[in-house]
Amino acid sequence: MPTGPSDCRILPGRPQVTDHDIPDDFDEHLEDLPLDPLPLDAWHRARGARMVPFAGYDMPIHYAGPSGGIVAEHNWTRENAGLFDVSHMGQLLLSGPGLDAAVEAVLPIDLSTLKLGQQRYSLLLDEDGGVLDDLMVSRWPDALYLVVNGATKWDDIGTLREALPDDITLNHLDEHALLALQGPKAADALARHAQGEYPLSALTFMRFRRFTIAGHDVTIARAGYTGEDGFEISLPAAAAEDIATLLCAEPEVQPIGLGARDSLRLEAGLPLYGHDMSPETSPIEAGLIFGINKRRRSEGGFPGADRIIREIAEGTARRWVGLRIDGRLPAREGAEVFAGSDHIGTVTSGGFSPTLGAPIAMAYVASEHAAIGTALEVEVRGKRLAATVSPTPFVPHRYFRGS
Amino acid sequence: MTRYFTDEHEWIDVEDGIATVGITEYAQGQLGDIVFVELPETGALIEQGKDAAVVESVKAASDVYAPITGEITEVNPALEDDPALVNSAPEDDGWFFKMTIADEGELDGLMDEDGYKAFVEAL
Repeated sequence: MPTGPSDCRILPGRPQVTDHDIPDDFDEHLEDLPLDPLPLDAWHRARGARMVPFAGYDMPIHYAGPSGGIVAEHNWTRENAGLFDVSHMGQLLLSGPGLDAAVEAVLPIDLSTLKLGQQRYSLLLDEDGGVLDDLMVSRWPDALYLVVNGATKWDDIGTLREALPDDITLNHLDEHALLALQGPKAADALARHAQGEYPLSALTFMRFRRFTIAGHDVTIARAGYTGEDGFEISLPAAAAEDIATLLCAEPEVQPIGLGARDSLRLEAGLPLYGHDMSPETSPIEAGLIFGINKRRRSEGGFPGADRIIREIAEGTARRWVGLRIDGRLPAREGAEVFAGSDHIGTVTSGGFSPTLGAPIAMAYVASEHAAIGTALEVEVRGKRLAATVSPTPFVPHRYFRGS
Repeated sequence: MTRYFTDEHEWIDVEDGIATVGITEYAQGQLGDIVFVELPETGALIEQGKDAAVVESVKAASDVYAPITGEITEVNPALEDDPALVNSAPEDDGWFFKMTIADEGELDGLMDEDGYKAFVEAL
């Protein structure tokens, strides 16, 4: 297997989070801590990015210039390749004796089927089966690499540290940046720079390998959050400017902000933590049963297992569905959903789809109104908009699963 | 014709006792790609500072306030089919609505072009 993450070799020297490092007033303490700018902060500003606070950092919502703006950036990504800075996300590395069993006690994942070089979607659940975060888990040699949401990473570290035995080491790879290169031309552009034991084209969806880009060691996973083919590149923070500049010099590549990242993931029907799921929602309501691996559905043994297994058997009172909305007026998070005069749900994400030229939304609705094709109404500023329960993704996924 | 500006980034052209209202170039740049404009009803009487219209961009909904008190006499029909006019021609073809001027004195509190320019530069 051509993987050999260099990060593993520097493990002993990395900052480690242990129980006694976490003060009792962990949450309050954090609010007082100003976060350092992300590695590409100046790089974004130099490209005319409009920076907004997000997950405790300043992040680019869109860029200036003729190719900037959310819709232009969105369309560019669907047609070419977009470079997203997602360095706010948490990159964690777990290692130690009995690692798989320890992690399976915390996550509803089946690690016996996660092979070296593979990545899988998983969920961090509370004892009631509510969603604390969604995350990616990758099998590194003698370690598991996790990518968690930026806004939740500090809580996740606390939750994991608390739940995992003391002899499991949790490293926060906070000197690593994370870039996503997404779009139908991403593979062509990245292949010109990624050198590895195998060509980049050997990577298929949800697989990763070690490569070098311009002499820097990086880990490249074929994955993303746009529905397009694409890659997520974990790299040393010190190399972030070099590599971002190098990739954006390719004719297919433009930098893309958080605004288009949100409209792209919405078209792809992908949930956003804190909006589409939270501790108040279960993964079964959210249609994320694939995040509960098959063996775990029968065996249980993870936080919230009783509720999850019961909901799999009996169904849930509400379900997360896609809505196509008539007209041009977008329905956004918090808009209420009606069947006749009955209030039957709430929009959790919504906006205008640049690809479809129409408003789309995701909502929790009462399960009896969740069938594809059901006619509903969404209320926006006192007006009722006609909406139809629709299949997701709204725009088909184009992942590369092998030729 | 005299053009006035508000600190909410609206412009107001006054001609023959009627005010034409739109949002400024600066405002459209801040809002980003506009996908829908909800305009007031013709005949509605709106007080200065109250909600008059809503601009939906890809990322968010933003209120547009009546810059003065008056009655809506006309709304821009072109915005229904082509809301992106607000991005491409905010201070011209992308106007929002026309209204009567109930109190000429309200215009005195608004900025002129130079004043608005200085206001934006200070932001």
